Amino acid sequence: MSAMIRPAFGKAEIRAAEMVVEDARRGLFKVHRRAFTDEQVLEIERRVIFDHCWLYLGHASEVELPGSFVTREIAGRQLIFSRDRDGKLHAFYNTCSHRGAMVCREPKGRGRSFYCAYHGWAYSDGGVLIDAPGREGVHHAELNLQEVPKLGDYCGFVFVCFDPAAESLEDYLAGARDLLEIVAEQGAGGMEIIGGSHQHSIDANWKLLAENSIDGYHARTVHSTYLEYLESRDGKSHAPAAIDRITHDWGNGHTAMENPTGALAWGRPCARWVPGWGEEARQEIDALMLELAGRLGEERARRVAHGDRNAVIFPNLVVNDIMAVTVRTFYPVSPHHMVVDAWALGPKGESASSRERRLRNFVEFLGPAGFATPDDMELLELCQKSFGNRGLEWNDLSQGMGSRQPVKIDDQQLRTFWRRWRDLMAADGAAEEK
Amino acid sequence: MLADRENMQAQELSNGVQQQVEQFLYREAMLLDGWRLEEWLALFTQDARYTVPSTEVPEGHPPEYPALIDDDIKRLRGRVTRLMSRHAHREHPWSRTRHFVSNVLITAMHGEELSVTAAFMVYRFRNGRATQYVGRYLYSLARIDGGLKIRQKRAELDMGGLWNQGTVSILL
Repeated sequence: MSAMIRPAFGKAEIRAAEMVVEDARRGLFKVHRRAFTDEQVLEIERRVIFDHCWLYLGHASEVELPGSFVTREIAGRQLIFSRDRDGKLHAFYNTCSHRGAMVCREPKGRGRSFYCAYHGWAYSDGGVLIDAPGREGVHHAELNLQEVPKLGDYCGFVFVCFDPAAESLEDYLAGARDLLEIVAEQGAGGMEIIGGSHQHSIDANWKLLAENSIDGYHARTVHSTYLEYLESRDGKSHAPAAIDRITHDWGNGHTAMENPTGALAWGRPCARWVPGWGEEARQEIDALMLELAGRLGEERARRVAHGDRNAVIFPNLVVNDIMAVTVRTFYPVSPHHMVVDAWALGPKGESASSRERRLRNFVEFLGPAGFATPDDMELLELCQKSFGNRGLEWNDLSQGMGSRQPVKIDDQQLRTFWRRWRDLMAADGAAEEK
Repeated sequence: MLADRENMQAQELSNGVQQQVEQFLYREAMLLDGWRLEEWLALFTQDARYTVPSTEVPEGHPPEYPALIDDDIKRLRGRVTRLMSRHAHREHPWSRTRHFVSNVLITAMHGEELSVTAAFMVYRFRNGRATQYVGRYLYSLARIDGGLKIRQKRAELDMGGLWNQGTVSILL
């Protein structure tokens, strides 16, 4: 019965799944704050979420060339994400089959083999054991580098799953495939990660970042200084029209908010012009739009180019397709601390001027030293810190409950995330009771 | 560059350029630690650039490697305005900082332009947490009317990531 959470504050025991309370009749949706602070909750999450869900590993462009690799920690596993000389993608556990040492110590690189510095065992780029010095007899298949149970690539977004019985990546992504397609379609020749990752951390529970990434309610307050900066630079008011905001429930906990017609303040390098960019940029944006329309059709092109989307692919992949495209993952180290990887994504072969606009936008808003992200982090840490308060135990996520047309500033997206979380956490308890 | 440096050593170092540069950098640090950001901003030329490269590839340059900060004077002014606002939540209330500058080395001198490198360590204290930023500065300083101005300031971080710091919400 480890699904039962230790009682705190003298309260009765509460199951993790019961930390989400939904009362449709009264229009209430509440989340218990212990979901953010409890060690046992995190243990269950590791077991029922991170060991079973598909998790983002990296982008195919990071291992573009045969023999290239990056090393990455995914849900506590040390992995090598690589492409072998035949062009096939792999996700190996970064550990020697002999006695366990990591066989790859570089963050990224390109080579023909992986070599264990402990006893000299060597593996080909396809993971085959090719040398075990002094032990010529041991070359059998079970001593090859082990691959993760499941690896999948959707539009260049590469995922792994540690559950051999899991559904296919396509089925798992469900409606969120649309988002990954929209992002991928921005590059006629595909998309690429620009440079490396911005690695940082937040003293907050990982689910707070999932919530914040799809919280359409906080921009006016948390990001007022960014919006004021845009106004002073571009000299116009940026009050976005509330009417054209929609939210998505894509199934399996994947959710997003979208402004499909481009009412927001900033420019999109692909492709929505703002006066601050000047006339020259306008011509280039028009040309990009023309290319998109030719390739995707008018309607799709308008959505791809003019829309803004903030999405969470459950449990921990954020794709923000806004003033630039950022891809983020975040993993819990403890209930109170997460590590974050953030990448910028852009079209391959993008012009120098367009790339410059993209990076300017990325750095201004999205980076960990931008005009916005540090303030998000501050607010998440203020939440986490206060969750230790006794007496006040429930967060309220009720806004828009029962609404037929939820809007961006409702809590609809957050509820989509939490319902999935609740269902998975409940499944853990059910399994144990059998 | 070696010839430059030897030439410079002979003529300039004895004239107190080293001391002038050091005093300038110490004064800059004092302004930052005192949150006298408008005065700090006035140390920069109008064509200045202030850059903090990514921690993963500190020697990298945009567009190949997106930086953490890559400000021209306009955006730097925006950054200062933001930090002086009580709505820049990460720095409201302000953190307490101490900038240490050492290993100040004049590496080149072309006319009125000085290239300077220095090591830095910046401590930031806030909400019971202490974090450090360690790295090196690369400056281009312009000698104007006998004084110095910053044409370029690049703060390359050594930490490899912001795992302990989370953000760069202060000016380095």
